[in-house]
Amino acid sequence: MKDDVTIINCQLINKAQALKDVSFEVKKGEIFGLIGPDGAGKTTLFRILTSLISADSGQATVDGLDVATDFRELRKHIGYMPGRFSLYQDLSVEENLQFFATIFNTTVEENYYLIQDIYKQIEPFKRRRAGKLSGGMKQKLALSCALIHKPVVLFLDEPTTGVDPVSRKEFWEMLKKLKTEGVTIVVSTPYMDEAQLCDRIALIQHGKILSVETPEKIIAGFPKKLYQAHSENNYLLLLEVRKNPEVKSAFMSGEYLHIVFNGEADETVPNLKEIGPSIEDCFVYLIEN
Amino acid sequence: MIIKIDNLTKCFGDFTAVDHITFSVGKGEIFGFLGANGAGKTTAMRMFCGLSKPTSGEGRVAGYDIAKQPEMVKKNIGYMSQKFSLYEDLKVWENIRLFAGIYGLDGKQISRKTDITLKRIGLMNEKNTLVKELPLGWKQKLAFSVAIFHEPKIVFLDEPTGGVDPIARRQFWEMIYEAAEKGITVFVTTHYMDEAEYCNRVSIMVDGRIKVLDTPGRLKDRFHAKNMDEVFRQLAR
Repeated sequence: MKDDVTIINCQLINKAQALKDVSFEVKKGEIFGLIGPDGAGKTTLFRILTSLISADSGQATVDGLDVATDFRELRKHIGYMPGRFSLYQDLSVEENLQFFATIFNTTVEENYYLIQDIYKQIEPFKRRRAGKLSGGMKQKLALSCALIHKPVVLFLDEPTTGVDPVSRKEFWEMLKKLKTEGVTIVVSTPYMDEAQLCDRIALIQHGKILSVETPEKIIAGFPKKLYQAHSENNYLLLLEVRKNPEVKSAFMSGEYLHIVFNGEADETVPNLKEIGPSIEDCFVYLIEN
Repeated sequence: MIIKIDNLTKCFGDFTAVDHITFSVGKGEIFGFLGANGAGKTTAMRMFCGLSKPTSGEGRVAGYDIAKQPEMVKKNIGYMSQKFSLYEDLKVWENIRLFAGIYGLDGKQISRKTDITLKRIGLMNEKNTLVKELPLGWKQKLAFSVAIFHEPKIVFLDEPTGGVDPIARRQFWEMIYEAAEKGITVFVTTHYMDEAEYCNRVSIMVDGRIKVLDTPGRLKDRFHAKNMDEVFRQLAR
């Protein structure tokens, strides 16, 4: 199978946002998630792969094109939705879309089938200025603009931050549909329920990739038993549990505490119950150890 | 009651953004105020904070009438939002000094409390750092500490954790619990439905109205849902 994105030893030395020996491959038609704490280097990586900045050393190809030397050709093959809303706020919905189609030498009509499910939802507002749209609608317009030239690979940097759960769900359904059209998607997100929807996830911290796995394998790889507990006052329980020398880590997680013990579980902790870890538990565990 | 809202309504022309909402929140409670983009949450919050006059209905926040005593409301609440909370070009201590000063604390009080606060949140070494140089998770911790520095009865948090990674979010929620334990009421909006489960009670707003209000546990039972995300999706569409 031909690899759409191949990064080999891509290194960026840049005080705050260094990437160190980052290597991974993304397969055609994959939804590939980049997950990591703030400042881990995700946005830097997106910028290198979209040819907006160059790596200090190393090499990366996207759709067979070198990001450093073939960048002119590369830009026709990729769509990029940066984390910050970056459409023209003073142009209308329709004008933004036409603008992006024009600069890529295509027309809205030619690739309309690719965006129609998304665009139909914002079409009633097509004369509204982009700056006046709600959060969810902005994301839909930005995605439409990133897709209008039918890119082979789509890069999405935190596309759903600040978007409500219903719109997020719709957004991910669109991504799944694009995948069936053969579009490869590289996406970063702080939402762990979205991480679960990726085919594979790269966990990144301090500019290094900790693991590249399917969500199922990441969960199966959780090295300890995980327990939940709760009481009338979870905050006081948390402070109590943390004093227990048998406790390796303890965190609030919604209505419950999530606890990992060094050895055997301490049965005196109230309402203790073994549970299966979520992607979020795995993420927190990997980052902290 | 720290918040008591009665039939509060806000219209813009013939559009009703907030439509006769009624609820109350008690001391030390963590209350989640949920709703889709455009449901009317921000408009409602602006009225609770004394920033926008209601079209009709009444509300009392921290003991003051939101329509008649908006300045007293503002003095007695804390506020933090993801979009704006700190001045990026000021140092950590300067931000604290500025906001505490605005709330009327005197210089001596401020300097004493600044160090205590920074030590507690582990940012003592960053006292002289410009806020823009801090990682997002640290900024949020600082912004929350600044919002409760003047010991308000209630703090409003408008999407405080947007775009923050899971570890920073869990730490942030510990700070919220700590504040609630001290008796500060926490009123929070979020798009993370797993965070809704941290709240004592939540309300879900749809098209300007409060559609449900209960504990996360009871809402999940009522809608036969395994998590708050499912509850939200059943209601919001």
